[in-house]
Amino acid sequence: MTLDRRNFIKLMGGASTLALAGCATEGPAVGSSTAIMPKGGARRVVVVGGGYGGTIAAKYLRMLDQSIEVVLIEKNRQFVSCPFSNFYIAGITQDLNAQTIGYDKLAANHGIKMLYAEVTAIDPAAKKVVTTEGTLDFDRCIVSPGIDFRTEEIEGYNSRTAEAFPHAWKAGAQSTLLRNQMQSMADGGTVVISMPLTPYRCPPGPYERACLIAHYLKKHKPKSKLILLDANPDVVSKKPLFTKAWSTYYKDNFQYVGGKKVTQVNVSGKSVSVEGIEDFKGDVINLIPPQRAANIMVQSGLVGDDKKWCPVDAVSFESTKHKGVHIIGDATALPSDGPPMPKSGYSANSQAKFCAINVVNLMNSKPTVEFSGINVCYSAIDDHQSVSIAQVFALANGKIKSSATAISPADFSLAKDEHAYGESWLKNILTEMST
Amino acid sequence: MKKRWSGWTLAAGALALSATAFAAPPSPEMISFACAGCHGTNGGSAGLTMPTLASQSKTAIVDAMKKFKSGDRPSTVMGRLAKGYSDADFDAMATFFSKQKFHSTAQTIDAAKAKQGADLQEANCSRCHLEDGKEGKDDTPVMASQWLPYLKMQMSLYESGKRKMPEKMAEKVKNLSPQEIDALLHFYASVK
Ligand SMILES: Cc1cc2nc3c(=O)[nH]c(=O)nc-3n(C[C@H](O)[C@H](O)[C@H](O)COP(=O)(O)OP(=O)(O)OC[C@H]3O[C@@H](n4cnc5c(N)ncnc54)[C@H](O)[C@@H]3O)c2cc1C
Ligand code: HEC
Ligand code: HEC
Repeated sequence: MTLDRRNFIKLMGGASTLALAGCATEGPAVGSSTAIMPKGGARRVVVVGGGYGGTIAAKYLRMLDQSIEVVLIEKNRQFVSCPFSNFYIAGITQDLNAQTIGYDKLAANHGIKMLYAEVTAIDPAAKKVVTTEGTLDFDRCIVSPGIDFRTEEIEGYNSRTAEAFPHAWKAGAQSTLLRNQMQSMADGGTVVISMPLTPYRCPPGPYERACLIAHYLKKHKPKSKLILLDANPDVVSKKPLFTKAWSTYYKDNFQYVGGKKVTQVNVSGKSVSVEGIEDFKGDVINLIPPQRAANIMVQSGLVGDDKKWCPVDAVSFESTKHKGVHIIGDATALPSDGPPMPKSGYSANSQAKFCAINVVNLMNSKPTVEFSGINVCYSAIDDHQSVSIAQVFALANGKIKSSATAISPADFSLAKDEHAYGESWLKNILTEMST
Repeated sequence: MKKRWSGWTLAAGALALSATAFAAPPSPEMISFACAGCHGTNGGSAGLTMPTLASQSKTAIVDAMKKFKSGDRPSTVMGRLAKGYSDADFDAMATFFSKQKFHSTAQTIDAAKAKQGADLQEANCSRCHLEDGKEGKDDTPVMASQWLPYLKMQMSLYESGKRKMPEKMAEKVKNLSPQEIDALLHFYASVK
């Protein structure tokens, strides 16, 4: 679907007549057609989404070309990182402070203009972004909005289900909810994690969560158990490492079951169902629904024929649906030769830099540049050991291809050191995003 | 990546056609951007166990990368990453990081230990680790302001024999007590 003028007006919802400030939390956000931040002489890039991809795109745009004005639009005042939220959920860390960042220093250090608002439409033809605070013009737009959930694929899932069965797949209130549910669960209870088919945000994330929740239960609720229902037929990330961790540390309280795609929920019965045939009851249920690009991408006609992910050019990250709009991070479907870059924070960071380079080059009529980037994901297997996957990617024949991919040794001989390095990774990548 | 800068300028004129078709290879600076997710923007690290690369000696970086790749130097992750790059890439990245400005760190340092280390380094280390560790020469790395936890992790790799110490350095180190080595590392970490 492309966004025609009529739909576009509809999305804006005649909001200019309403007093909007601060009411973005109730119901779908309503855009305002009031023109804001009029564009002066300078060329402007609007970056949507201040997470792993967007902050870096905004920063590197300004590092590469000070003559381009950059507006970063983010709906929240603070960003809470998903990486390391599993520690908090499993009671190993006591708050989310170490993984929460603000935007003040980033904006001041690089002359980025912050706009705290929710984007309700991106109009590539008119080169406008509509937000809850008003509408603004761009020359090019970079979008890194992350994911939303395909809850429509789960029967019985409604607007209150995430309260009862938290996904905790966006960090913050959801992480706290899951943590609290587990802490108040009586010993002897069952925790169920349900995870979707690939592709979804952070391939090793659910398996790391399983390790850390099993660790929590082993320590604090020894009579309790954990079941991981994987919609995939088998473990899709770092399999030798996770299966080794489960059989070494958690064989008494943890069970992995592959090929179990949850299709139905029963909140009052505290259960999830696989194809209506098999029911799994849980005292705590962590239901991670299947995913797609964030809502704004669907609304703006930027998702592909699959209606889920956003197809882009592998060099410029420009949408193949709409010129002038570039997309990075979890929301993308990148042309890939072999296993694609995983939907990770590190991937979003690497992609943001080459997207910024090429947006600057395109705006300055310079040749575009081939991608070269990294993905590393650390996953904890308990409170003091971590393992990782390390990958280098580069452009080959118009597609992104890995030139090296390897996981940590399965004897866990490096797991303590990697745990220490993982903490520094978080510190450095969040510092890079916030300064 | 095998291609370097040669040849792409020809394509620049035809740019309007397709971004993918005529993309140029990335510059040294651009390949190095990917390292920043772990080592910090421009190689200035904020993480206590992650080494700063900014203003590191060029040869020390190339040397480290080659040894990581071959397995001569033990690593958790660098060996796996190094396999994705060529010698030309190492050279490019080393050039970039060696040119970044010195990254001074504010660390919790035991002043008495740093003082003791300052005295010890004169006789034991300063022949190679020049200017209080501020100057990297050839394959000798800059150590000034390097993160103490990182230095400690590397020193224990040396002592376990997993990382090979330069012979002349080993001769000095073997005559020093663990407490004295600790003092030396406190000193280097404290240098601004
Ligand atoms: C439990 C868990 C553990 C993880 N661990 C790791 C890890 O160890 N390492 C790793 O590399 N990755 C990890 N990830 C993955 C990582 O969190 C994501 O891949 C990363 O956040 C993707 O970056 P992004 O920029 O695409 O989206 P995000 O980082 O989610 O940023 C999107 C931003 O856009 C904003 N936004 C969205 N829509 C709008 C709108 N309409 N208007 C205004 N603002 C909007 C959001 O508020 C958000 O701030 C983990 C994920 C989970 C769930
Ligand atoms: C996942 C995090 C990560 C990424 C990404 C990463 N490094 Fe490292 N780097 C480390 C760690 C950890 C060490 C310590 C050695 C080890 O255990 O691997 C290190 C050590 C080094 C050292 C040795 C420093 C010294 O003082 O001896 C160099 C040089 C280096 N890295 C260069 C790079 C370059 C160049 C890149 C980009 C291609 C890069 N690193 C990407 C984590 C990373
Ligand atoms: C003969 C020259 C020489 C002397 C003397 C010497 N070093 Fe070194 N040092 C080196 C070289 C060369 C390297 C890098 C070698 C390698 O790749 O492992 C190094 C590396 C190191 C490292 C690792 C740094 C890093 O970034 O990974 C530490 C720590 C260190 N030296 C401490 C010391 C201390 C303490 C002394 C004095 C007791 C000392 N050295 C004396 C040459 C020397």
